[in-house]
Amino acid sequence: MATLQLNNITKRFGDTEVIKGIDLEVEDREFVVFVGPSGCGKSTLMRMIAGLESATGGDILIDGQRMNDVGPADRGLAMVFQSYALYPHMTVEGNMGFSMRLAGVSKEERRAKVLEAAKILQLEPLLDRKPKALSGGQRQRVAIGRAIVRNPSIFLFDEPLSNLDAALRVQMRIELARLHDELDATMIYVTHDQIEAMTMADKIVVLRDGVVEQVGSPMALYHHPQNRFVAGFIGSPKMNFLDVTLVGVKPDGVGIRMPGGGERHVPVDGQHLGANATLELGIRPEHLVLEEQGPLVGKIQVLERLGGQTSLYVQMADQLVTIMADGDVAYRVNDTVHFGFAPERAHLFDADGQALPSLQQHPLARLTREDNRANGDNASSEASV
Amino acid sequence: MTSLRSTNSKKLLLTVFGWSVALVIFFPILWMVLTGFKTETAAIADPSFIFSPTLESYQAVQARSGYLRFALNSVAVAFGSTLLALLIAIPSAYSMAFLPTKRTKGTLLWMLSTKMLPPVGVLVPIYLIFRDVGLLDTRTGLIIIYTLMNLPIVVWMLYTFFKDMPKDILEAGRMDGATTFQEVFFLLLPLTLPGIASTGLLSVILSWNEAFWSLNLTSSKAAPLTAYIASFSSPEGLFWAKLSAASTMAIAPILIFGWMTQKQMVRGLTFGAVK
Repeated sequence: MATLQLNNITKRFGDTEVIKGIDLEVEDREFVVFVGPSGCGKSTLMRMIAGLESATGGDILIDGQRMNDVGPADRGLAMVFQSYALYPHMTVEGNMGFSMRLAGVSKEERRAKVLEAAKILQLEPLLDRKPKALSGGQRQRVAIGRAIVRNPSIFLFDEPLSNLDAALRVQMRIELARLHDELDATMIYVTHDQIEAMTMADKIVVLRDGVVEQVGSPMALYHHPQNRFVAGFIGSPKMNFLDVTLVGVKPDGVGIRMPGGGERHVPVDGQHLGANATLELGIRPEHLVLEEQGPLVGKIQVLERLGGQTSLYVQMADQLVTIMADGDVAYRVNDTVHFGFAPERAHLFDADGQALPSLQQHPLARLTREDNRANGDNASSEASV
Repeated sequence: MTSLRSTNSKKLLLTVFGWSVALVIFFPILWMVLTGFKTETAAIADPSFIFSPTLESYQAVQARSGYLRFALNSVAVAFGSTLLALLIAIPSAYSMAFLPTKRTKGTLLWMLSTKMLPPVGVLVPIYLIFRDVGLLDTRTGLIIIYTLMNLPIVVWMLYTFFKDMPKDILEAGRMDGATTFQEVFFLLLPLTLPGIASTGLLSVILSWNEAFWSLNLTSSKAAPLTAYIASFSSPEGLFWAKLSAASTMAIAPILIFGWMTQKQMVRGLTFGAVK
């Protein structure tokens, strides 16, 4: 049982405020991912939770207890560093058992606990090696093992996969998700990679310039981004943004005119909009469909065939629009294409970059990673709560 | 072909140049060693590499004064001051490297600037202080003065080694529950041991070779080998062969020590520079 609560956390380095008042709640056994571009403060925030950095203002509560003045080791946390930060002069066993050695645990007990963790991570054959004799993935696992051995209530991961190659990253991603199930612990994970965030998180916290832009499940962020930044940050390839003109506001949506002249009615709440409001249409590349009668038209500049899918980069007046099309489309560069979209897939942003709220909630927006698992499993865990 | 030949001749030139410089620097030491094996007459005769070697100067030197007593003083003072300097410098370098403030750089530079002051400038006050507290001609007195003398360099060197240590590893230790002392003892020291060793070696060598303070602050009881050499130059005029024999015996230990640890030394001294 471990919850984390941040109340109006701020952090200053000299005159620069890097964290500008963050409120957040992390529930027990939740997998929370802090994501944002570099310099957004996500690592600093994690280091404050860890106790490696002191908070300038606000409260950090773990299980309801204020932890601001408690040392890192006494917060019941374990952290996996981006650089792994293994102790180079100790063996794998020495690395994993170091915390227990400091705590004065007997050699036998230490060995038993290390073996237990090594088993989970398939590290048993490597226990006598020094870190320099390990591959990147193995080092990563030792770093995780060192955290597991401490039996923490909350695991902290600071960009743990960024030093691994692409294939290994996918594998470790799966392994981390498995570990989360197996250890039943609360995990906080920092990354700049939105794919890691989308695949692993129960809850994503999007940060920018020391401020929380949005908190929500991966599907909620994908389908209902609250602002232009989140819309552009979550999803790959990036969402397209087109300048559109406001035609009229009705209770069931907002009418807009497209750059090419066609009109569409988007089911969002635009009641607060003025008559001359400037609007931006956001539409994801995978939600644009090629159709003869589509309201949008452009010329293909670049065509990337990925096999299963084809990315079309289409020049539309002064804007380049990305379309994810079927792998078998027969178009060639310089062809003119017509395309459109389903209005309920579109997002509208006002002049401040704030999204107009959708009138319909996407059915998957409340889905968490938990729900993806077998129903029986879910039901039994709910029953036991 | 031509470029290869020109690189080869460049290499040859550089090698010859390097050896020449090394020989010029080494020559006085070589000459001193040779002179130590000559008779007094041969020592002041026309310089010659050809002579019949004899140990009579060494016997004379041994008969006159106890080499061993001076040597023991040198060992005690050189290693004692080095140990003390490391004990003081490790915590200070730790705080400067890992908990720097706005003034850290300034403090470091100021410490180094004290090395630019001529020691003779503070000779009188230090002599008087030592006299009043009874530190004249004591090993303790020399250890204190050598520690203070070497401290700036020792702190500087340790600071650069500590700076190179990844901070993450210490933080991981802190997350694992290490106190500051455990962090230093279990992580920082083992991982920077090569640097600490070369710093220590340098400090030993500097203390061993120091002559100004040892000549001025000691007379007989605590006098190290530098004072021993000096004692041969004055009283009975100049006896080159005996002086050379004494000098050879004085520098032999540190020379052998330096030879054995030269790899460590070079590595340590160039460590910060390569970055």
